[in-house]
Amino acid sequence: MKPMVLRGGRVIDPSSGRDDVADLIIRDGRIEGIGRNQGVPDGAELHDVTGLVVAPGLIDVHTHLREPGQEDRETIATGTAAAAAGGFTAVCAMPNTDPTIDNQSAVGFVVKQAVAAGAARVYPIAAVTLGQKGEQLAEFGELVGAGAVAVSDDGHPVASGQMMRTALEYARAFGIPVADHCEEPTLAAGGVMHEGVVSTRLGLKGIPAVAEEIMVARDILLARHTGGHVHLCHMSTRGSVELIRRAKEAGMAVTAEACPHHFSLTHEACAGYDTNAKMNPPLREPEDVEALRGGLKDGTIDVIATDHAPHHYDAKEREFDDAPMGIVGLETALGLSITRLVDGGYLTLPELLDRMSTIPARIFHLPGGTLAAGHPADVVVIDPGARWTVDVARFRSKSRNTPFAGWDLAGRVIRTIVGGRTVFSRT
Amino acid sequence: MTEPLGKDLLGLEPLSAEQIRLILDTAEPFKEVSERAIKKVPTLRGKTIVNLFFESSTRTRISFEFAEKRLSADTVNVAAVGSSVSKGETLVDTARNLEAMRIDMVVIRHGASGAARFLAERIQSNVINAGDGTHEHPTQGLLDLLTIRDKLGHVRGRKVCICGDILHSRVARSNIWGLLKLGAEVAVCGPYSLLPRGIEDLGVTIFRRIEEAIEWADVLNVLRLQLERMNAGFIPSLREYYRVFGVTQERLERAPRELVILHPGPMNRGVEIDSRVADGPHSVILHQVTNGVAVRMAVLYLLTGGRPEQAEAAKRGREGGE
Repeated sequence: MKPMVLRGGRVIDPSSGRDDVADLIIRDGRIEGIGRNQGVPDGAELHDVTGLVVAPGLIDVHTHLREPGQEDRETIATGTAAAAAGGFTAVCAMPNTDPTIDNQSAVGFVVKQAVAAGAARVYPIAAVTLGQKGEQLAEFGELVGAGAVAVSDDGHPVASGQMMRTALEYARAFGIPVADHCEEPTLAAGGVMHEGVVSTRLGLKGIPAVAEEIMVARDILLARHTGGHVHLCHMSTRGSVELIRRAKEAGMAVTAEACPHHFSLTHEACAGYDTNAKMNPPLREPEDVEALRGGLKDGTIDVIATDHAPHHYDAKEREFDDAPMGIVGLETALGLSITRLVDGGYLTLPELLDRMSTIPARIFHLPGGTLAAGHPADVVVIDPGARWTVDVARFRSKSRNTPFAGWDLAGRVIRTIVGGRTVFSRT
Repeated sequence: MTEPLGKDLLGLEPLSAEQIRLILDTAEPFKEVSERAIKKVPTLRGKTIVNLFFESSTRTRISFEFAEKRLSADTVNVAAVGSSVSKGETLVDTARNLEAMRIDMVVIRHGASGAARFLAERIQSNVINAGDGTHEHPTQGLLDLLTIRDKLGHVRGRKVCICGDILHSRVARSNIWGLLKLGAEVAVCGPYSLLPRGIEDLGVTIFRRIEEAIEWADVLNVLRLQLERMNAGFIPSLREYYRVFGVTQERLERAPRELVILHPGPMNRGVEIDSRVADGPHSVILHQVTNGVAVRMAVLYLLTGGRPEQAEAAKRGREGGE
């Protein structure tokens, strides 16, 4: 592999606080150094990135790659290509595939497919319980040994308080987070969108905000009781933000994520029965959107995650009640975040990159999220001022299910580098 | 000329007060057709209409079919059971196949909210929503408005309370939109477990108890209580429901004024409504059914390009279109 020099870019490294114009030098797949007027190594691939931002590659702690079992929606190859196109150098793959990723050979399969695909890195998240049924704890020790970085029954909550308690306790030995999809199942049963005036108008069954908040409160209390690390997935309500804020003020080590769609859209997006606005948790109210943005600003919400959830177009071309939940997100996450949070005045660009790269690496104990010398060269080059229109026909993902088709966004990925090798470039 | 209603009738929420009045005014001349010995005018001769019923229905389906036949349309009834739908065909494929047969209009009843709109966005034929999930049932709302107008002269300023299971009722939603647009004061009354969240934001008042509603209202529209709601735990028992929320003779006798009682049917006598009320002098329940045919004739006529000012001529047997 040839050495690479990214010359003259604005280098932002949230892990060190660096933010200045410099050259980044990559050799043998690792960051060799950053500085001004560095010599160009012999035979190096030289890229002039003047006017662009050079940053640690983005890391998504919540991705559905659908393989094994749902390859009509996405494969590890197409999903990691989509990730690379979105500036992500690593994604954490959720285990709700078919079969479920709940044993070491299944974890090994995901790792093997990701290596073969050769795009973004994949860190498997394994199931909390066998088959995600909530009945029998999975073998965390073997799962971690095979490469799992966290456990989650995502798609479903860990409904039983006792099971969640046990999972948080048992996970402590391995230092992994238990990522919970917070939804009290009896309150959410049958719901297809946020419960509010829009669901009332449309005659659709609602999922009340309190269904999420009850589980957030429970998980916070169980984390305090057990000393385990609970990671709260895709927070969507102002009540959840407030519960987490109070927990953090009390010194608790809970972590939480928010998704771009939840801070970009409200339940009004469902008004035309658009199944691309159907997701779980559902799009909420303007006050919730505002609370999530505020939570990201003050650090209550630690990270931005995509909840990338590909679905075949046939499945979404249905009556709203019958369409599956979820949207793709890898290729729009950065643009939405820059447009809504940076241009919207909530975060600086370094703060955003912290929440999309450095903090995800830290809370999930992953490599990456840094441009420090000696670390693997997982790097993204961004044109933060570029404006572009979301064109689903150009998605690398196999699926097109997004409510953002045709949106004009700011901030575009120019190049994505994993281990010193360019896995995506826009020419 | 532009169609006065657009291509479809999907709900009353998207309609203006003028459009609603237009339908009600157009229904007036059509009432008389059903009173004749020979109940047929040639207005929709040559038009083909499919009545696509994914949910069972007696009254609405028959009412539409009579309206179509009295306007001389060719009609086909499709019920979900025994059709390609029961073989797993998707709604979008059903729509495309109907389109390929070059039909003029589809009347759809479906269990999913938004299904009528889903169909309308995918075919060129006119679509009439005959009830979609818990969303809207616009022709029921229109016939209720026509009935109130018949009985009280006008809708504006009248106090109408919709009673019962608002949460699961498409009739309630169509009534709320239609009544509000025509200037009525609208309230709902039922157990809070059967009131949808944010209903007051639509501009309606909530009465906690049926006695308060009766004291306030000029009109009660008493909704059917689906018996399965009890099993789903929304109310403790039908007996309790009748005791607390039932529209009974005793309660009506204490009303400060004479009330008009509507019910969209089918009734659960002795659950939401006392038989003496249903069969009593204030009940306009059968008048609603009669008006249903006239309202549906008006909608069919207007959607197929009929000009409102020619409706009178159309019912006399001349061509109503351009």
